[in-house]
Amino acid sequence: MSIVEVQGLRKTYGAVTAVDDVSFTVAEGEVFGILGPNGAGKTTAVECVEGLRTADAGTIRVAGLDPVRQHDEVTRILGVQLQESELQAKLTVRETLEMYSAFYARPADWRPLVARLGLAEQLGRRFGKLSGGQKQRLFIALSLLGNPRIAVFDELTAALDPRARRETWQLVRDINSSGVTILLVTHFMEEAQYLCDRVAVFDRGRVVALGTPDALISGSDSSVVISFRPSEPLPAAALESLPGAVSVAYEGAKVIVRGNDETVDAVLAMIGRERVTARGLRIVDATLDDAFLSITAKTEAAQEGS
Amino acid sequence: MSASTAVLKAESRLFAREPGSLFWVLAFPSLLLLAIGLIPAYRQADPSLGGNRVIDVYVPSVVLVALITASVLSMPGALTTYRERGILRRMRTTPARPAHLLIAQLVLHAVAAMLGAVLAIVAGRVVWAVALPEQLLAYGITLLLATLAGLATGAVITALARTAKAAQAIGLAVFFPSMFAAGIYVPIQVLPDTVRRIIELLPFGAAAQALNQAASGSWPAWTHLAVLALWTVVLMGVAARWFRWE
Repeated sequence: MSIVEVQGLRKTYGAVTAVDDVSFTVAEGEVFGILGPNGAGKTTAVECVEGLRTADAGTIRVAGLDPVRQHDEVTRILGVQLQESELQAKLTVRETLEMYSAFYARPADWRPLVARLGLAEQLGRRFGKLSGGQKQRLFIALSLLGNPRIAVFDELTAALDPRARRETWQLVRDINSSGVTILLVTHFMEEAQYLCDRVAVFDRGRVVALGTPDALISGSDSSVVISFRPSEPLPAAALESLPGAVSVAYEGAKVIVRGNDETVDAVLAMIGRERVTARGLRIVDATLDDAFLSITAKTEAAQEGS
Repeated sequence: MSASTAVLKAESRLFAREPGSLFWVLAFPSLLLLAIGLIPAYRQADPSLGGNRVIDVYVPSVVLVALITASVLSMPGALTTYRERGILRRMRTTPARPAHLLIAQLVLHAVAAMLGAVLAIVAGRVVWAVALPEQLLAYGITLLLATLAGLATGAVITALARTAKAAQAIGLAVFFPSMFAAGIYVPIQVLPDTVRRIIELLPFGAAAQALNQAASGSWPAWTHLAVLALWTVVLMGVAARWFRWE
């Protein structure tokens, strides 16, 4: 059952079209990722879902509710962490939590929440004195105070160091396994691959791909990355014409071929045939990063062609 | 605790944590009055002031200093900062409304301005033996109307300024003429007639005159109160028309 439905969403700012004909649905209980480069319209799309912006066209339903016209009802079931927002700098963590708790009819107890988020030591600290990671964890706590059915996290880990990012991922998983549907906006492929059940890939205001991370990777033209340092240079034309090869790149002596399983066989055969030694041979599954690049490259080519 | 009470509680705490606002709204008016009174000539009956001393007619002006500072400088600064930092926006994603924050700020600054005014009146009475307002009710009504007009002025600044920096600049540009109109630099009574009449059409000029009349025992001229009410309505309308939550 889908808890968020977005159909034909369009939003323009003056002459700029931020989001154009965007459709996706989020099933209850899943972690749904909105992935894409900066300026792809991700934040605009989720802010329409939150009811902070009014769409120019299209329909949005959150648990069957219109986020603009039934804004009050939506705020009771939707917990939000905004990409760019702050809190009163001189209010302490405890005071902030107490104030936000008063906004909800039946708020969650913030004490266990704070313990789980590792903020218990910071209760007496003022918001303005918190580190970036602590601020983000406080935002997560605030978004969960109303016992939401859905939580929207927008670039949750963008300002965090790698360790804090990993810890936050674990948190998101915990929140999800406690039954909260999660809508996650990110430009980190690794994050989407690690956390999301399904992702919608945004590029220049449109959804260019939608599916599970695995399906997006294997469905893209380059699902495998082969790299090696040949003892003798191999003819570039021969490499490029290998079956399934999408791209051939050189990093010094290293050759990087992107393609599919067929390409792997062909590369190995070629190495044998040409009697060269392939030093440091690596064959790895492509990441969502690779899939993303190949998907957006294709839409770019299509747009230039039209 | 309801959402609006919780916001008011948090905002009161924050107000108490702003030493700048606390000083300028609560302490400065009284200190100014004490300093003025140190000049011996200001403590002698002056025929051009109808036999009053300068310090006597100065109390209503000082009372307005608390109000001008609170409404023109302090409140727009706080609200534009909240808007700039996305604090109002963050609140829109909860069942609370950002209007709660707006109302809390208006209430706090009104209360602070009143408190600063009372402190100044008491300081004047205790230190320089300035008589307490004779028409207490009229004085109170005038102060209330002046507070509404002041907050409306602050609301317009909040609505027109896009950033906290702009609010500060506009605030200061309004602050100095307002101080003049309130009679801080020169008592309104000694100004040439034409200048005085113009100043009486401004909110703080009308307020200063009305407070002076109430202090000396007569009911303030209705024209002064009408000027205050009219400014309040017009300014609130302008603020409501141009205000943006983000």
